[in-house]
Amino acid sequence: MNDKRYIARSTAIAARVLGDETMIMSAANSTLFTLDEVATLIWESADGVTPIEEIVAHKICSQYEIAPDVALKDAEAFVDELSQHGVLLASDQPIAEPLKSLKAVR
Amino acid sequence: MPGLTANMQVSDVVVEIGGLPIRLRCDDPAFVSQIQERYAGYVASSNEANFVFDIELAPAGTASGDEDVRVTWDSGRWLMRRGDFRAEWNPSTARGRIEQTVNPYSLDCVLRIVHTLLLARKGGFLLHASSAIRNGRAFLFSGVSGAGKTTMARLAPADAAMLTDEISYVIPREGAYFAVGTPFYGELARAGENLRAPIEALYLLAKGPENKIEPIAGAEAVRGLLGNILFFARDPDFVRMVFDAACDFVGRVPVRQLTFVPDSSVWELIV
Repeated sequence: MNDKRYIARSTAIAARVLGDETMIMSAANSTLFTLDEVATLIWESADGVTPIEEIVAHKICSQYEIAPDVALKDAEAFVDELSQHGVLLASDQPIAEPLKSLKAVR
Repeated sequence: MPGLTANMQVSDVVVEIGGLPIRLRCDDPAFVSQIQERYAGYVASSNEANFVFDIELAPAGTASGDEDVRVTWDSGRWLMRRGDFRAEWNPSTARGRIEQTVNPYSLDCVLRIVHTLLLARKGGFLLHASSAIRNGRAFLFSGVSGAGKTTMARLAPADAAMLTDEISYVIPREGAYFAVGTPFYGELARAGENLRAPIEALYLLAKGPENKIEPIAGAEAVRGLLGNILFFARDPDFVRMVFDAACDFVGRVPVRQLTFVPDSSVWELIV
């Protein structure tokens, strides 16, 4: 059984990096999200094939002084919130191609 | 034997806002006269038009005033409706139809929607903002109802040309953003001057105990701007275009918060 979790950016959004932040707007309901520097790292790494645990280890814990378990917990909460709004897709299987559906895969 | 014929006389007027002429046709000459009066200063001298709308007047009393604006894309047409009008517009044929009661404000709403849709494809937008030209540059004052848009217009010095006290027209051109006068007014009840100028700055309004200007950058500026852009259609492509337009605008035009005391001294900061 694969206990990894994979994340991918939805295609039903508009996004723009502005300095250290990323702004994302849901194309479905115009909801606006602002990601800080750390959240932007996760967002940019959400390629559908890299497990979130790997993203946290290689992109966050390598750059910031934070315990891996704390970082992973924060990242999971972030993924949960964005996937609830359909702007991030999450699955226990690799997401080969970005899904066009706004419904998050949990 | 000659057949019976009925000749219906159709009157029309071309209203040009932001350089976009739209012909409005109606079989009621009195209503066309109302349109000419309402959009005085924006009635085109040329007979050329990019789009044509036929207006059908519904009997008085058929409007339902409590229905919100809805704009949807369906089978190649934009469908627009509110309690006081129903309209459709096919961009590919450049034709549209409006069914409304004898009320120029219904037409005003349709025109605002049509211009938001057209501007989005050009990277522009309509903004809840008053705007004025001073020393050849345009200044925008944006905010929700009650923020001070009309107050800024009322306090404007004599050397400022008012473009609108309610809805500003923003369009990119040759690497810059221009503000264009509109006939869309608020409490001032007066159309803006039909002029245009490059935008010097966008001010997000807040009333306070003193006059001060603070820069706003990045995501905060985009968020402030997006909160005031007229945004009728929930079509995903349209949402993306408006989002991109807002981000591009913030990348080129300074966005600042203007906290002000509502007296004429605030204009000493606007130069």
